[in-house]
Amino acid sequence: MKLYCLSGHPTLPCNVLKFKSTTIMLDCGLDMTSTLNFLPLPLVQSPRLSNLPGWSLKDGNAFLDKELKECSGHVFVDSVPEFCLPETELIDLSTVDVILISNYHCMMALPYITEHTGFTGTVYATEPTVQIGRLLMEELVNFIERVPKAQSASLWKNKDIQRLLPSPLKDAVEVSTWRRCYTMQEVNSALSKIQLVGYSQKIELFGAVQVTPLSSGYALGSSNWIIQSHYEKVSYVSGSSLLTTHPQPMDQASLKNSDVLILTGLTQIPTANPDGMVGEFCSNLALTVRNGGNVLVPCYPSGVIYDLLECLYQYIDSAGLSNIPFYFISPVANSSLEFSQIFAEWLCHNKQTKVYLPEPPFPHAELIQTNKLKHYPSLHGDFSSDFRQPCVVFTGHPSLRFGDVVHFMELWGKSSLNTVIFTEPDFSYLEALAPYQPLAMKCIYCPIDTRLNFIQVSKLLKEVQPLHVVCPEQYTQPPPAQSHRMDLMVDCQPPAMSYRRAEVLALPFKRRYEKIEIMPELADALVPMEIKPGISLATVSAVLHTKDNKHVLQPPPRPAQPTGGKKRKRASDDIPDCKVLKPLLSGSIPVEQFVQTLEKHGFSDIKVEDTAKGHIVLLQEAETLIQIEEDSTHIICDNDEMLRVRLRDLVLKFLQKF
Amino acid sequence: MGPEDPVWRPKDQLLHLKDEDAPFRFPPTGPPRHLVPGLARPRLFRSWSHPFLQKRISSLTMDPECSQLLPALCAVLADPRQPMADDTCLEKLLDWFKTITEAGSSLLLLQENPCLVELLCHMLKPQDLSSRVLSFSLRLTGVFAAQEDCFQYLQQGELLPRLFGEAGPLGGAAWTAPTVRSGWIQGLRSLARHPSALHFLADCGAVDTIFSLQGDSSLFVASAAGQLLVHILGLSMQGPADGPPSLQAGDWPACAKKIVGHIEESLRSTATPQITQALNVLTTTFGHCHDPWTRVLWVRLSPLVAGLLEKDPVPAAHSLVDLLLSVARSPGLSSSSCGLWETLAQTLSRLSPTQAGPLALGILKLQDCPQALRAQAFAVLLQPLACVLKATAQAPGASGMLLPEGGRCRRAGRWSPGRVLGVGELCQGSASPTSDTGHHLCALLLGCVRVQRAALDFLGTLSQGTGPPELVTEVFAVLLEYLRSPDSSPTVLKKAFQATFRWLLSSPKTPGCWDLDPQALLFLRELLPVLQKRLCSPCWEVRDSGLEFLTQMTGRWGGQAGFRHALLASEVPKLTEQLLRDPESYVRASAVAATGQLSSQGLCISPASPEHPGGQQSPLSELLHILSTDSEGFPRRAAMHVFTQWLRDSHADVVGDTEEFVAGVLQVASQDLDWEVRAQGLELALVFLEQTLGQPGSPCPYAVTPPVVAPACPLAQALQPLCRAGLFSFAFRALFDCDRPVAQKSCDLLLFLRAKMASASSPQEARSSPDVASVEAALQRWQAGDQAQPLGDLEPEVVLAVLKSMDLEGLRGALAESSDHVEKSPQSLLQDMLATVGILGENEADCY
Repeated sequence: MKLYCLSGHPTLPCNVLKFKSTTIMLDCGLDMTSTLNFLPLPLVQSPRLSNLPGWSLKDGNAFLDKELKECSGHVFVDSVPEFCLPETELIDLSTVDVILISNYHCMMALPYITEHTGFTGTVYATEPTVQIGRLLMEELVNFIERVPKAQSASLWKNKDIQRLLPSPLKDAVEVSTWRRCYTMQEVNSALSKIQLVGYSQKIELFGAVQVTPLSSGYALGSSNWIIQSHYEKVSYVSGSSLLTTHPQPMDQASLKNSDVLILTGLTQIPTANPDGMVGEFCSNLALTVRNGGNVLVPCYPSGVIYDLLECLYQYIDSAGLSNIPFYFISPVANSSLEFSQIFAEWLCHNKQTKVYLPEPPFPHAELIQTNKLKHYPSLHGDFSSDFRQPCVVFTGHPSLRFGDVVHFMELWGKSSLNTVIFTEPDFSYLEALAPYQPLAMKCIYCPIDTRLNFIQVSKLLKEVQPLHVVCPEQYTQPPPAQSHRMDLMVDCQPPAMSYRRAEVLALPFKRRYEKIEIMPELADALVPMEIKPGISLATVSAVLHTKDNKHVLQPPPRPAQPTGGKKRKRASDDIPDCKVLKPLLSGSIPVEQFVQTLEKHGFSDIKVEDTAKGHIVLLQEAETLIQIEEDSTHIICDNDEMLRVRLRDLVLKFLQKF
Repeated sequence: MGPEDPVWRPKDQLLHLKDEDAPFRFPPTGPPRHLVPGLARPRLFRSWSHPFLQKRISSLTMDPECSQLLPALCAVLADPRQPMADDTCLEKLLDWFKTITEAGSSLLLLQENPCLVELLCHMLKPQDLSSRVLSFSLRLTGVFAAQEDCFQYLQQGELLPRLFGEAGPLGGAAWTAPTVRSGWIQGLRSLARHPSALHFLADCGAVDTIFSLQGDSSLFVASAAGQLLVHILGLSMQGPADGPPSLQAGDWPACAKKIVGHIEESLRSTATPQITQALNVLTTTFGHCHDPWTRVLWVRLSPLVAGLLEKDPVPAAHSLVDLLLSVARSPGLSSSSCGLWETLAQTLSRLSPTQAGPLALGILKLQDCPQALRAQAFAVLLQPLACVLKATAQAPGASGMLLPEGGRCRRAGRWSPGRVLGVGELCQGSASPTSDTGHHLCALLLGCVRVQRAALDFLGTLSQGTGPPELVTEVFAVLLEYLRSPDSSPTVLKKAFQATFRWLLSSPKTPGCWDLDPQALLFLRELLPVLQKRLCSPCWEVRDSGLEFLTQMTGRWGGQAGFRHALLASEVPKLTEQLLRDPESYVRASAVAATGQLSSQGLCISPASPEHPGGQQSPLSELLHILSTDSEGFPRRAAMHVFTQWLRDSHADVVGDTEEFVAGVLQVASQDLDWEVRAQGLELALVFLEQTLGQPGSPCPYAVTPPVVAPACPLAQALQPLCRAGLFSFAFRALFDCDRPVAQKSCDLLLFLRAKMASASSPQEARSSPDVASVEAALQRWQAGDQAQPLGDLEPEVVLAVLKSMDLEGLRGALAESSDHVEKSPQSLLQDMLATVGILGENEADCY
C-alpha cells in the first residue's frame, strides 16, 4: 500500500492511495496562497494600483518593470492571478480510478485533474459538497473572468530570473506549474463526473474495496472516508469538527479499528478558540459601527458565514445595531443563502427539527425578511442605489486579490473609522493586506477555524485507536512561530508517519488474509474431522477461481472419462492435474513412549539428545538418527529403505491422519 | 430535620408579650399580617387605642386547649390506619414538647396527660406501626426521660428497657428503617443526661449496639451514633470530678473504659472504615469537650494515632487530618507538651500533597504554631507552585489545591508576584518552558480556568506588597494579556478586572497627588481600548464586569486630571450610555451605576451628540426614564441608588433643583412594584429630610459637611420643601406598604421626624383643624387597604399634628413581629395535625 502526496498544504490535501489494486485520490485541494504574489484585480479602475512603479533590479535594470510592480516595499506580479496545482508528475493521474471528495473546500482543483490528465474515473461526493463546491468555483471563475486582464506575466518565472527577485517571489515553489483559473465549461465538465453519495453509503470499487463517507461535522455535507477490504481498513480524516455548529455531528465511532488513519485538515490556527474569536468578531464589529465606521468581512460565500450571521442575528439587537445594514455581496450570494436552507438532512439535529415546524433552519432567512441582511450579486446595480453607511459588508475573496472586496479595500482603506475583520484562516492577513499599504483602516484578525485542534485530535486518536497514523509533516512538530508549544502537534504512539509534497510513502501495512468463498456443493462435500475440541479440519480439493478481485473455490472437474484420444487430451489440457493426495498428518510424538516402542520393536542402544528445537533419537547400532522437531520429523539412515519404512510406520502410529 | 434545627420554635415568639403596657398588640385571633384586608389591624392613632387586653398565649406550659386536643392526637398517632402524611408536623410537635419539658417538669406533664404514656406503651405492642411514629415515640421518650425523676417513673413501668432494649424495635422488623434507628439514637442522646441513664445504658447493652451503628448504611445514623458515643463518653467522665484522671484505664468509669477500649481496638484495626469511625469520634470529642480528661485521653491514644502514620498508605487520611487539627485547636491541650507538633510535622511529610493540603492550611491558622512547622506547612501548600515554577520536579497533579489562602502566603513573604505571574503565563500559553516537565505543565495548565481564576485572585492580593517598578510593568502586561485574550472566560475576566483595579490602587503615588502615576496612566491608555471592546462583548457577564470595573475606577480617580483626560479621549463614556439600553437587566443595572458615577464626576458625554437624532438626554432624565419604564427590578434599584448617592453627595450639576428632583423621583418610585425600589425611595427621602433639617445626632467631626440647611426658621417652615416634594404622601403610603421592610423603614423615617419635632421649639398646634381630621380619616382608609383617595396637598402643620397623634411606636412593634406568629401557636399545630386526618370533622362538608 502506497500513499502519493501531491499537495504540501495540510488543509488542502491531495493524496493518492494505492490499495489492493485500486488507485484512489483523496481530495484535490487547490492551494490559492500563490495568488498573494499577484496584484489585486480591481473591479473599478484604481488609479493607485495602475500607477504603482515598476520594479527594477538593484543595478537599475528595468526589464521586468512591466511584469512586477512595487508597493510599500513589496513586489507583486502584475498579471492574472495563478494557482499552485497539486503535483501531476509523481504519478500518472490517468490511472486514478476514483476521487473521493471530503468537503467543498477540498475540491477546488478538480477541473485541473479531471480535464487535463486523462482521468477517466468517477468522483464521489455528497450533494451539498457538490452544490456548494460549484458555487465556490463559479464565484472564483466569475471574479477572475469579469476583470479581463490582457497581460499574462511569464518572464519572472524563469528560474534564473526568479533567483534575482526579492522574497517571497524568490522562494515561491514550482512556479512553472502555476496555472490560470479554469473556465466555467471545465467546471461543468468536471462536476458532471461526480457521483452523489450519502453518509454511510457503501460503495464497491471493483469488488476489491468498499468506500464509505461519514459525517465529519465541519461543513454542510463534509465527510471523512472509510476505505476497507475484508481484512484491512484505512480511515481518511479530512476537515472535521467536534463543535456544535450547523452541520451534522462528526461520526467518530465508525473510525475505530483502522489499520491506518490518514489525518489531514486540522485547524490552521490551533491557538485560536472559535468561541473566543466569534466574541472578538462581534465586539470589534459593534465598536466600529458605533463609532460610525464600516466593517468589511472578506469571506467565502459559504461555511463560516452561516454561523457568523447566526451569531449576529442574536447579537445585533443586544448591541443596538438593529438599524445597521448588513450586505452580502457575491455572484452566488443568493444561491448560497438558499442552498443552506434546503439541505436539512445534512444539518445538525437542532436545525433539522426546525424544518418540521416548519421554519427555516438558519435564522438568516429572518434577517433577509426584515431587511437587515441584503444580498447582491455584485456591487454594480442595485447595491449602489441601496448602499447606506455605516454598514457591514461580507464579500469575497478572502485573499483580497479579486472579487468585490478589492473595491471596498480601496474605498474604505483610507479611513481609520473603518475596520476589516479577517475571519477566514486560509490566508495570512498581513500578506493579504500588503498591496493596500499604507492603510489607515483598522485590521482585526479573528480567524474562525472550527476544524479539530490538537487536544481534540489526541482524544480522538485515543478513542479510535488506529494502528498507524499518517499526517502532513506540519503536524508532527509545533508551529515554527510557537516552537515551545509541544502541545500543538499530533502526539500518538507509535509516532505518526509524516509526508510532504511530492513524497511517496510506503504504508507499514501487510496484507495477510483474503476472503475466499466456497461454492455450496463443494462445502457440502467436506467432511470435517475434529482434531482438538473445537477445532475441526477438512481437506479441500478445488479450483481457485479469481475474477474482479473476488476469489471462489469451485469443485474440481471430475476426472474425464476415457473416451476418444484427441478429445481426452484436450480435456486434460484444460483441467489442472489432480493428483491423489497423501493424507495429512497431525499431532505430536511423545519421545519417551516413542523410545519404548522402538525398544519393543527390537531396537536397542537408543540414545536421546535434547536440541533447541526438539529431540534427536540416536539408534547407535543401526547408525540411524531420528530428528523430531515441532513441525517436522526426519529419519536419516544410510540406504536402508527397509529400516526407514519400519521406522516411518512407527512414527506414524503416533500421528493422526486425515 | 434534626431537633437541633427545628422548623418551628415556639419559644422564639410571644415571650416579649409580657409587657402588658404596650399600647397595641394583635388580637389573639388576628391576621398573620397586618394588612390582610378585612381582618383586625393595629390601631393607628394613639387617641383611639384600646387598652391591650389580649390573653397571653404561653407555649411554656400545656394550656387546657392543647390538653384537650392531645388525647385525640395520641390516638391518631397510635392508629396505624391513620398515617401521618407530613412528618414535619412530628418534628414541630417534638420541638414543642422539648420546650415544655425544658421549662417545667416532665413527670407532671405525663401525669396530667396519661395519654402520652399510653401512646408510648402502645409502641411496645407488636403491630404494623409507621416507622415515623415509632421514631417519634423513641425520641419523645428520650425527651421525657432527660429529667431524672421522669426517667425513674418510666423505668418503673419497664417502658425504657422495653423501648430501647433488645425487646424493643431493636430486634424487630422496624429496625430496618433508618428513621427508626435514628430515632433510637436520638432518644438515647436526649435521655443520657444523668448518672441513672449511664447505668441504664450499661445494663441494656446499648453501647454495643451504638458501636455497630457507627458503620450503619445510613450516613445520618452512622454519624449520629458517633456523636452519641462522644456524648456518653463526656457524660461518664463528668462523674469522677476530683482532678484529672490517671492514664490507667482501671480508674476510669466502666462506660468510658468500654468506649475508649473500643476506640483503641478500632485504631489498631486494619479495616479503614473502623479507623475512620474511631478518628471521627475522637475529632468530635476534642472539638466539643475541653475538660482536663481529654488531655489524658490524647496522651493515651496519641501513640496509636502516630502508629497510623507508619502504615503505607496512611489509612483514613482525611479523618486523621481532622483529628489532628481538632486536637491542635483544643484549648484543653497544651500542644507543646503532648508531642503534637512532632506528630503534625510527621503527618505533613507522610501524606500525599492533596491529603496534606488541608492539614497545612489548618496548621497555618493555628495560633501558637512553631515557626519550623509553619514553614513546613507553607512548603506543602506551595509545592504545586514550586513545581510549576521550577518545572524540575514531578508534575504535581494537584491543581485543585493550587493557591489557597493568598493573603497568608503574602504575609509569609516568600512568594513574589513574579512567581505567580509565571503561573498566569503558563495558563495563557505565553510562557516558554525549556524543560520537558515545563512542556508537560504547560499542556496541563493551558486554559485551565480554575487555576487562572485562583492565580488572578492571588495576584490581586499581592498588590499590597511593595515591589520594584519593573515588576509592576510585568504585572500590568500579564493582566492586559488576560483582558485582551479572546479565550479568557467571563469569570476569569472578572477576576482580571478586580486584580487590575487592586494593582492600579497600589501603584506608586507621588506624595500629595491622588492621580495615577505615569506608568499606571500609560497602562490605562492601553487598558481603555480593551475595556471598550469588552463593553461590546456578546457575553453579558463580560459587559457587566467591564462596567463594574469602570464604576470602581471612576469612583476612585474620576476627579484626577490624568484619568479624566484618558477616559474622555476614549469611547468608554459613550458606550456606557449605550449600555443603558442593553437587553440584559444586570448590564443595564451596572450601566446605571456607571453612568451615575461618571456623571457625578462630570465625565458623561456632552448632551449635544449628533448620533442621537432624538436629542441626547441628560443622565438624570435617562435614569428617570429607566426608573419609570424598565421592566426589570435591578436597573430600577440601581437608578434609585444612584439618585440617593447624587443627593447625598449634593451633585447640583446633575440633579439640578433638589426639590424638583426629589419630587420627581419619589413620584415614580411610589408607583414601583418592587419593594426594594420603594424602600430605596425612603432612603432618598431620609437623606433629603436630613439635609433639610440637619443630621439627627452629632455628625462626625471629620466628615465633609454637606450644605445642610440649618433650621433656623420654625420647623413647620423647614418642612415646607418636604411637603412640596411630596415626601410625606410617599412616606405615609409606604407606612401601609404590603411589604414589611418598606413599612418599617417608613415608620423609622417618621419617628426620626417626630424626634426632630420634639426637639424643635413649640410647633404650631393644628390639632383641631379640619384638615387634620380629613388626613387622619384618609390614612385610616389607606390602612384598610383603600389607597385610592389621595391625601391632597399636605401642609406642614397638618403633618406635624398627624404625626403627633399617630402611634408610630406601636406600629413599629407590630411590624417587628414575624408575620406568621399566630399560625405558629401549638394549638394551631395540634389542630392542623388532627385536621389532616379528619378527626376534627370541620372539613367534612368540603369533601363533597
